[in-house]
Amino acid sequence: MIELDFVTILYCGAIGLLLIGAAGLVMCNNLFRMLLALVIAEAGVNLLLILAGYRGGATAPILGFGPAGAPMVDPVPQVLVLTAIVIGVGVQALAVAVMVRVYRAYGTLDVRELKTRFEFEVAAEQGIEPPGSTEGPAGGRPLSPVPPRPQHGEARP
Amino acid sequence: MRNVAAILFTGGLGFLLLVIASQLGFGEPPMRVGQGILDVAATEVGAANIVTSVLLAYRGLDTLGELSILFAAATAAGLVLGQRRASAAPDPEAGFILRAGADLLFPLLLVVGFYIILHGHLTPGGGFQGGVILAAAFFIGVLARPAESLDHTAIVVIEGLAGAAFIGIGLWALLADGEFLKPMLGTGTLGTLVSAGTLPLLSLAIGLKVGSELAGLMTSLSGTEAREP
Repeated sequence: MIELDFVTILYCGAIGLLLIGAAGLVMCNNLFRMLLALVIAEAGVNLLLILAGYRGGATAPILGFGPAGAPMVDPVPQVLVLTAIVIGVGVQALAVAVMVRVYRAYGTLDVRELKTRFEFEVAAEQGIEPPGSTEGPAGGRPLSPVPPRPQHGEARP
Repeated sequence: MRNVAAILFTGGLGFLLLVIASQLGFGEPPMRVGQGILDVAATEVGAANIVTSVLLAYRGLDTLGELSILFAAATAAGLVLGQRRASAAPDPEAGFILRAGADLLFPLLLVVGFYIILHGHLTPGGGFQGGVILAAAFFIGVLARPAESLDHTAIVVIEGLAGAAFIGIGLWALLADGEFLKPMLGTGTLGTLVSAGTLPLLSLAIGLKVGSELAGLMTSLSGTEAREP
């Protein structure tokens, strides 16, 4: 029987968030869900960093906040997490902006479908045989029939 | 197959992290930098909030890098999204509750935002947190009335001036004392509003820059047309 104290719960929570995020990044096929998984993983990493700076029985690193002479937690991980949160916001905003463009151009956020589309577009651009065959068995390719290209989303030459 | 690989990967990652975490020793941080900073920050920088003194004094250059990353992300997002056509139909106005709430909240959010920015060296908060609140104050009006969008020129001017002010304060310290972004103007009395030298000024610059950047970013995201023009 594992002793389930407070510390274990804290660490398991942080690592669990990180693992949920990592699993979501690998398993999801929708770009937006992948971004959400990234956000969850980020939250786990931030929690883990904050936990690394904890000192037993200490107060927040603000002078005059706790009793005089009381130990304070390490301020450096807190600053690192502050930086990480701000950068995370920037990354998320940029990712959402790119997703808006992808959805406008292709009408989907499914990575498998987008991959097939990209391959066919690159092949058409270069005038070479597209990878795989539309008549061949569907086993080798992720999607069997090639989806028709939308009229409004023509790739620019 | 892919899911099995994913589960194996996450399981391995979790095992690795748990092993590392179990050997760390909770409650006794192995880093000695933090304790060193805690010992000297009050006399060297004079900010009651030691997180702020690390952010703006000891790691000031990193904060400048962070600001430039945020700036790059905001610029890139604006570039990717493009501008809304003038002929595009404006989004419909929000309901009465959101409009009245936006009018009511705007001054309160403004006050709270500036309070958090200016007290960043005394209480939890600072330029980044207060800047986000300022951005929310302006963005809530855009949500309520999409037709009256924010003035992008004003946003760009405020952002540029705030960024230039941050670098200018750093250069002033470089010329006067030989170290970039070193806190100037003395430490003052610990715990008062006018203390910690240039830290409140740097905080204000960061707050205005982050606020204008995020407001511009959210406005351009919300103003994006749903369909390709």
